[in-house]
Amino acid sequence: MSGTQTQAPRTSTAPLLEASNIVKHFPVRSSGLLRRQVGEIHAVCDVSLQLHENETLGLVGESGCGKSTLSRLLLNLLDLTAGEVTYRGQQVSGISRRAMRPLRREMQIVFQDPFASLDSRMTVFSLIAEPLRIQGLFEDDGHARVRELLQLVGLNPEHGNRYPHEFSGGQRQRIGIARALASDPKLIVLDEPVSALDVSIQAGVINLLEDLQDRFDLSYLFVAHDLSVVRHIADRVAVMYLGRIVEEAPTDQLFASPSHPYTQALISAVPFPDPHKERARERIIVTGDVPNPSDPPSGCRFRTRCPKFAAELSSSQQQQCIDEVPQLIDRGQGHPAACHFAEAHRMV
Amino acid sequence: MSVTDPAAPRRAGEAVLEIEDLHVAFPSEDGLVQAVRGVSYEVRAGEALGIVGESGAGKSVSSMAVMGLLPKNAQIEGSAKVLGQEMLGLKDAKISRIRGDQVAMIFQDPLTSLTPVYTIGRQLAEAVLAHRNVSKQAARERAIELLELVGIPNPQERVDAYPHELSGGMRQRVVIAIAMANDPDVIIADEPTTALDVTVQAQVLEALESARTQTGAALVMITHDLGVIAGHVDRVCVMYAGRIVESGTVDDVFYAPRMPYTLGLLGSLPRLDGSRDERLTPITGTPPSLVNLPPGCPFAPRCPLARDRCREEEPPLEAVDVASRHLAACHFSDELVGKEATDLFTESILDADVADEIVAEHGGQA
Repeated sequence: MSGTQTQAPRTSTAPLLEASNIVKHFPVRSSGLLRRQVGEIHAVCDVSLQLHENETLGLVGESGCGKSTLSRLLLNLLDLTAGEVTYRGQQVSGISRRAMRPLRREMQIVFQDPFASLDSRMTVFSLIAEPLRIQGLFEDDGHARVRELLQLVGLNPEHGNRYPHEFSGGQRQRIGIARALASDPKLIVLDEPVSALDVSIQAGVINLLEDLQDRFDLSYLFVAHDLSVVRHIADRVAVMYLGRIVEEAPTDQLFASPSHPYTQALISAVPFPDPHKERARERIIVTGDVPNPSDPPSGCRFRTRCPKFAAELSSSQQQQCIDEVPQLIDRGQGHPAACHFAEAHRMV
Repeated sequence: MSVTDPAAPRRAGEAVLEIEDLHVAFPSEDGLVQAVRGVSYEVRAGEALGIVGESGAGKSVSSMAVMGLLPKNAQIEGSAKVLGQEMLGLKDAKISRIRGDQVAMIFQDPLTSLTPVYTIGRQLAEAVLAHRNVSKQAARERAIELLELVGIPNPQERVDAYPHELSGGMRQRVVIAIAMANDPDVIIADEPTTALDVTVQAQVLEALESARTQTGAALVMITHDLGVIAGHVDRVCVMYAGRIVESGTVDDVFYAPRMPYTLGLLGSLPRLDGSRDERLTPITGTPPSLVNLPPGCPFAPRCPLARDRCREEEPPLEAVDVASRHLAACHFSDELVGKEATDLFTESILDADVADEIVAEHGGQA
């Protein structure tokens, strides 16, 4: 995506993490004995993005749009098909596990499901000590460090000898955060960190993440499908659809003047917890479902569901959507959007 | 999106679903789980009632009791009437006649509520034939008509599709079509859009609205999503620890909540239409275990207003003003008039019970 480079960097320093034109295809194999490859899922397609120090980049999109795959590619947990990822200018993609280890200390991840991501046979103490031991950081003051970490995430340091099942969902997610914090990272990928939690609990975890960021100058890649949460926590937001980033902007700008028809539809579909506003709202309903990622539409991938394509464009303009992949560039809205006919439209 | 439906109130004002002092308990290894502790509500013809609450609040259990879908070991007391007919204690055969005809239910996961081995047309026709004495051909035609009503494109062809050939949103529309097959008086929708993406959720909610307009059915919408509630129901009940703790019109409950839990729930939501810079105000702690619930208000341990009386005496659900239909279960609901969530709840990052424990251990320094 050539567009991202044309955007003026907001900080003078080099980005902490940078992805350039990364692509990930997963093979689709036949069900027979030979398991021949019969196709490819285009999970991530030509994505470029930058994450700066002390910044939160929100990555939003619906199920299957490739946001989790993208976050794993950035941490070298999956191999790239093409493209390059660098951390502080140093190549990350394709390097060996051994070479990756010192980098892992600085790049961590928190997973969505706090029930599946913690080993139920380990005590909380050993769960949090594990990353310290792997990194060779568990020294004489190891016990004190674990207690400190528990306290940092708002848990009782006396509870180190308990097991995960003794904690609620919100508390387990805090344990996951303590594990990620253990090696004193600079960057944490948060993959749907609060979507499994009840709202009253979710707010506490969001506040905790904000406080930890201020305290330790962390950079977050916040992956989520919930736009309200992303708007609250992110400085910048990238919207994904079917493997591509379709729009990217500072948070206020993205929500004030979304320019891609998909972003507009996404924002208009989020229900507001306010009866008067909710009844008075204009709603853009997109038809149909996300197309099969093994056979994405030509040109613009959103055109099959795009309300603008269906209602507003002339047939020659429609032909352009069918033939030409729209680049992620600024077409006069102040931020890049991957739509030939991008037009800012206030939704909130 | 109009919520009150003038199109077809068949017996306007008449109660179609009445739940009266319902108690449901399940025996477990740890003791009796009091899942529902005295819930009463009624739904009138054509009306939409929302039931909100977090996991384990007992939102689904009361509707499952109406439908006769609770496991055999459940201990049920109280009354649940559909069009005046008592549903509790009915024999299965009798319930089957009412279920699907007068009350229909939509579940969260459409993949488990549809059978994978039959076409959707056959499953729709089955719903029609169960209650109507019509020919198979007529049932099939009705199936196609229903698919069209819920906005499925090419219903003539899709009627022969199997559930796995449809997307999640399409499947949920098929479930809605089945629910409206016999023009029920009440549709109970239990988290109907929770498993769906937000753009698909908007489509399905629209299909549900048109199903209501077509059939004139009353709706009970059970969800944890306050946004969905705000736009799609007339009245709302907020549940906590097996009881209704507040009920009233959506406007009353959203703009002038009189129970601290409701206020806290609204304050803890990040919202698309609010300021970005405000901190969220979480409710500390977790909901109580429903085994051996201590006396007093179940919300007291998490409530910033709680005092001795709250820990001794469980507040009844009472009108907040004389002759008001806005009810709240709080001894001090008067103190909530005009209050914002930030006036009551502090934005502590400490988890839960931990905060109390640390305070206790360090003599209040923490």
